[in-house]
Amino acid sequence: MKKRAAYLVVLVAIVGTVVFSSFKNSETAPISNGYTIGDEATDFKLKDVDGSMVSLADYKDAKGFIVIFTCNTCPFAVASEDRIIALDEKYNSKGYPVIAINPNDPKVQPDDTYELMQEKAEEKEFNFPYLYDAKDKIYAAYGATKTPHVYLLQKENGKNIVKYIGAIDDNVRDAAGVKEQFLANAIEELLAGKEVTVKETKAIGCSVKV
Amino acid sequence: MVLVVLQSCHEGKKEVSSEAIHVDETVNPSEEKIPSYNFDELEPLLNRKDDTTYVVNFWATWCKPCIEELPAFEQLNETYADQKVKVILVSLDFPEKLTSQVIPFIEKNNIQSEVVLLDDTNANRWIPKVSETWSGAIPATLIYKNNERKFYEQSFSFETLETEVKSIL
Repeated sequence: MKKRAAYLVVLVAIVGTVVFSSFKNSETAPISNGYTIGDEATDFKLKDVDGSMVSLADYKDAKGFIVIFTCNTCPFAVASEDRIIALDEKYNSKGYPVIAINPNDPKVQPDDTYELMQEKAEEKEFNFPYLYDAKDKIYAAYGATKTPHVYLLQKENGKNIVKYIGAIDDNVRDAAGVKEQFLANAIEELLAGKEVTVKETKAIGCSVKV
Repeated sequence: MVLVVLQSCHEGKKEVSSEAIHVDETVNPSEEKIPSYNFDELEPLLNRKDDTTYVVNFWATWCKPCIEELPAFEQLNETYADQKVKVILVSLDFPEKLTSQVIPFIEKNNIQSEVVLLDDTNANRWIPKVSETWSGAIPATLIYKNNERKFYEQSFSFETLETEVKSIL
């Protein structure tokens, strides 16, 4: 161990300066596939809690979509519910309806069965679709890794283009403590015909359970 | 040593970080108050340069895959107790759950690794500081020694965890 350490010190001394000064991390986490800003997002046909099938193409008059991957019990998802409802209330009429999608497989996360999704939607009076994705795995095409995980889409020449990816705001735990409303800001910019300034943000979430 | 830690915990957030990391290994952390840090206070623990391999796991009591992999981290902590390996479990539980959920969980499961609570709501600011590759999903684990760092947004078994730790010992 000591010899090895000594060897490492020598090795580090030889090659270290450049590496250390640039502090290059040898990151090994797999980079999740999925959409980046500017990509065309796929449409889907997923079952809503009311039994109907929902596609983005159904929304002829929409300017875009607030696609939110979320679930029934993740504390971050639960903490976001009222904000998601408020977003739909505010932006549906302006052309950006909320489409909530539950990516979790109930075989892995028993709290996310279709029936419990129905209960959640009824209890919280969701006025937007809450879609069951366990079979189709649309989340994987989008590259959603966690709940909640937001994709803001804008219709351009018949395509749904990804304009923003990430968090609803800068305080998932506490709506009262929010300082920056990332998602709402992005929608407002799109409504004003501007480019989205903050295109990607990060938030803690529950890993997608599949 | 114990007195120092206890005192440092009562001195308020700013003072805690440097002492709390040196918690005596024989002391069950649940007997101490679990320190609560904002990211600026946690960050030094993610950037020590003392030839120790740090295994920093981000978890929460409500996160099922996190709980399932905790025994692997505990086993690592025990197996490498006499080597320069240190496990730090960073709880992302909501702070109001600390006494009602986190501490009872640690006591019930007799968690021996060091546990700290990260109480910092602006995750968009600090997630990239942990790793640019982190999407924000938990469980997630940072393994580092001096300037060598590896980040994993995945679950571990003891075997897969030990393999990664050995690669950076």
